[in-house]
Amino acid sequence: MKTIRIIPCLDCKFIGKKATVVKGIQFQSLKQIGNPVDLAKKYYNQGADEICFLDITASQESRKTMLKTIKQVSQEVFIPLTVGGGIKSVKDAQKAFQAGADKVSINTAALGNPELIQEISQQFGQQACVIAMDVKQIGKEWLVFSYGGTRNTERSAIEWAQTAEKLGAGELLVTGIGNDGMKTGYDNELLKKINQKVKIPVIASGGAGSLKDIKNGIIQGKADAVLIASLFHFNQFTVQEVKKYLTKKGICVRL
Amino acid sequence: MNEKISILKYGLGNTQSLANALEKMQIQYEWISKPKQIQKAKKIIVPGVGNFGTAMKNIRRQKLKQSLTQAVQTGTPYLGICLGLQILFEESQESKGIKGLGILKGKIQKFQGKEKIPQMGWNRIQKIKTSPLFEKIPNKAFMYFVHSYYAKPKDKKIVAGTTEYGETFPCVIQYKNIYGTQFHPEKSGTLGLQILRNFAGLRK
Repeated sequence: MKTIRIIPCLDCKFIGKKATVVKGIQFQSLKQIGNPVDLAKKYYNQGADEICFLDITASQESRKTMLKTIKQVSQEVFIPLTVGGGIKSVKDAQKAFQAGADKVSINTAALGNPELIQEISQQFGQQACVIAMDVKQIGKEWLVFSYGGTRNTERSAIEWAQTAEKLGAGELLVTGIGNDGMKTGYDNELLKKINQKVKIPVIASGGAGSLKDIKNGIIQGKADAVLIASLFHFNQFTVQEVKKYLTKKGICVRL
Repeated sequence: MNEKISILKYGLGNTQSLANALEKMQIQYEWISKPKQIQKAKKIIVPGVGNFGTAMKNIRRQKLKQSLTQAVQTGTPYLGICLGLQILFEESQESKGIKGLGILKGKIQKFQGKEKIPQMGWNRIQKIKTSPLFEKIPNKAFMYFVHSYYAKPKDKKIVAGTTEYGETFPCVIQYKNIYGTQFHPEKSGTLGLQILRNFAGLRK
């Protein structure tokens, strides 16, 4: 029986040696939330199925701090951990795994160097390689953006999803840029389109503002997992509350 | 006092999380990678995510096949996690032409149902016989799975638990001192840790 995964997402910003979880709206205007280790533990205890960490500073210095954070989390939290942000090479990925990550999420680096997907999945297994894509609808087309959603690659999201799968991606993390932090729901049309074209799991991200939005991402967007930030960070709902709601709606989750 | 657990290192996957889990429960462990260390081990855990063929190649390169087989046959408790379970069998569809340890009879085969592959996520385990691994584990507990292949033992009696994913497959194997889980107890929250604790409590 397949269960839908609920994944709290911690966007981390690094100031000096200190890591802080922040939440932005449409990739901008950041609000500080708290310490990543404490938040990870809190969501683990609430019944999160996995936790995703994104280093949004993605500098040399921040990567080191990120690894330390992951190491601390993996000593306390016994569910899968994904790390993303600034992973550019097999070596970067290896460091993340050594620190205790189970999966790495790659975005811009994979667009510039698609072979990286192949290298990582061959060395660490397909399950360890998540391809994150930031997508914006322009006219009738969905296009992929790189560098934290700032640069239009003019690449079709559907085509990139298929290419990533072919190269060995284990999952796709799909963020609708226009929806992120807006609390208006996931880009379900985009999710559904991608889901029809690939066989690997698709994770919905960006825009969940209500329980109904989450349900729609799963039912309309056919998402296999949902990434949630604001709803949890601002204490609107606990992971358990989301799961109870989904169960009532006939969606199978781990309770 | 429980005896120390030896974790086999053979160049695969995220094994640190298993060590973290044992540490959290204050269960003593050591890393081993040599035949002599296997001979001396009181209890062995073989973790591993990755490719069947690569796993067996590494085991051969480190000359571990004989000592592992011997340890298991002389009664040393063995827990294989995911790939560590699969390599106990004779062969796998994943790596044709490469032999497994062959300690248990049967093959590793790929999912054939309609669900997405790899199975990546939480699923229920149905207990079908009693096993020390199931101590304090409720029936239909959720565990975390990441895999495209599963073990199909010739002797159905060694299947202790099954899971439903497009088809019914064995998720827990037990034959005498040989234990295997297709899921990852080290990534399955509190109940997963309990399974590791149960294994740690076993004696030769």
